[in-house]
Amino acid sequence: MSEKPLLDIKNLRVTFPTRQGEFEAVRGVSFTLGRERLGIVGESGSGKSMTGRAILRLIRPPGRVEADRLELEGIDLLSLDEKAMQKIRGQRISMVMQDPKFSLNPVMNIGDQIMEIYRFHTGASKKAAYEKATEMLEAVSIRDPERVMRAYPHEMSGGMGQRIMIAMMLVTEPEILIADEPTSALDVSVQTQVLSIIDRLVRERGMGLIFISHDLNLVSAFCDRILIMYAGRIVEVCEAARLNEATHPYTRGLLGSLPRLDEPRKRLSVLQRDADWRETESVSGRQ
Amino acid sequence: MSELHFKDLNVWFGEGADRVDAVKHATFDVPSGASFGLVGESGSGKSTILRALVGLVPTWSGKMSVGGKQLGPKRTREFFKEVQMVFQDPYASLHPRHSVDQVLGETLKLHGFRGIDKRIEKLLADVGLGPAFRFRYPHQLSGGQRQRVAIARALAPEPTVLLLDEPTSALDVSVQAEVLNLLADLREEHKLTYLMVSHDLAVVAHMCEATAVMQNGEIVEMLSVEDMRAMRAKNPYTQHLLESASGYNPSAEQSA
Repeated sequence: MSEKPLLDIKNLRVTFPTRQGEFEAVRGVSFTLGRERLGIVGESGSGKSMTGRAILRLIRPPGRVEADRLELEGIDLLSLDEKAMQKIRGQRISMVMQDPKFSLNPVMNIGDQIMEIYRFHTGASKKAAYEKATEMLEAVSIRDPERVMRAYPHEMSGGMGQRIMIAMMLVTEPEILIADEPTSALDVSVQTQVLSIIDRLVRERGMGLIFISHDLNLVSAFCDRILIMYAGRIVEVCEAARLNEATHPYTRGLLGSLPRLDEPRKRLSVLQRDADWRETESVSGRQ
Repeated sequence: MSELHFKDLNVWFGEGADRVDAVKHATFDVPSGASFGLVGESGSGKSTILRALVGLVPTWSGKMSVGGKQLGPKRTREFFKEVQMVFQDPYASLHPRHSVDQVLGETLKLHGFRGIDKRIEKLLADVGLGPAFRFRYPHQLSGGQRQRVAIARALAPEPTVLLLDEPTSALDVSVQAEVLNLLADLREEHKLTYLMVSHDLAVVAHMCEATAVMQNGEIVEMLSVEDMRAMRAKNPYTQHLLESASGYNPSAEQSA
């Protein structure tokens, strides 16, 4: 890519002290993000969510985030103080979490929640914020935005909740959206709908998207580029469309273990883990 | 002979104006030794059918029978010797302060087995866990290992029917493959009948010969595995599910 990347990450590490010594959840990950859709795939515990959180510095002490470089369009995110970081979070980089049930405020109506974010970051008037919020809800295909604005999160279904989350995260028009398993708490039928909304918005606004998921098929259909993580490192980087040509045994193992509608087989192949995978140096996802 | 038989099953929650009909007129048969799937989105009533069968929901009407025996409002000990259930989340379904040995031992004792010691060893071996796991507590096991323990517990009374409620949805794909393989092996070895609930059509197509698709408490379509693989569905909802299951298609934005 000739364009300057939005996000430039070099040798990112996330460490937690434990009684057994230091535990490294992310062990030296490097990648860049342009105006593209980047997928991060891996099993639970592979460090994919930690990578997403580390970018926003959402790792609580005693956990530590370190990197040789962690830059958002030239701004060094690691050297910012907490107050400046608050301005980045939500306004320039937003994050959609897995389960809307746990990430929306249950005692505040939806309209107020969306307006709060917008006003915090832009200082707009109440009226302007209200208009912006309804417009945003419409953008995520919510049919009756005026009613939804007055409603509370528990009155919403899972799919609606997730769309509201997306509306809330995009209302400030950030440059980067980090989506951490945005659809795994949803039914398949709703999943497609939520994905296509993310897809459309990211495309229309020319944002960069980091899509974190354990679902290889989904990511390969949805993203442009994929990083495959194992034990805190990137084991393989590939073009999404060419995932089937992936060569790393871990990626191949993951692909083989999925039951498929179009290819029946008697037994699913089981992943044989190799101790070497942990030790091999991280592959760089920089472009 | 059909092992499980459901006729005109209705299940509801609440009364009067609050009444919610979770399952409406469900009728289907599961032949002995078969594996039958129930698919649908959350709230479609698929798990409720399993819960009504094992007696966890008392408010139902219609007919249910297991091995030709009609079920009444109460379940007997003999019933649980025939029918056992594996729940969705192995993190929630195992007692956190009971070791694997206690979990299996208690089940065996309740069902009046002798030679419990030998049986526990055999059960663990059946689900592919070594004897080293016997005195571990759930927090010392991974998700896949816990689900294996839950399966061993269900197998303890030597049932003929296993009810599987989303047995792999809390697991990683790589671990899911292990558990699905194990379930397939056990079915063959022990001549088990499976009734499996899942929202993942690919998993159901892998495990089951036939499937009922549910929407809003009703069975909208019955599919054989061949129909499913060939994407032959008459009902638009089933068609939609099949399309969603075969991957994300960027051109298919639609508001439901």
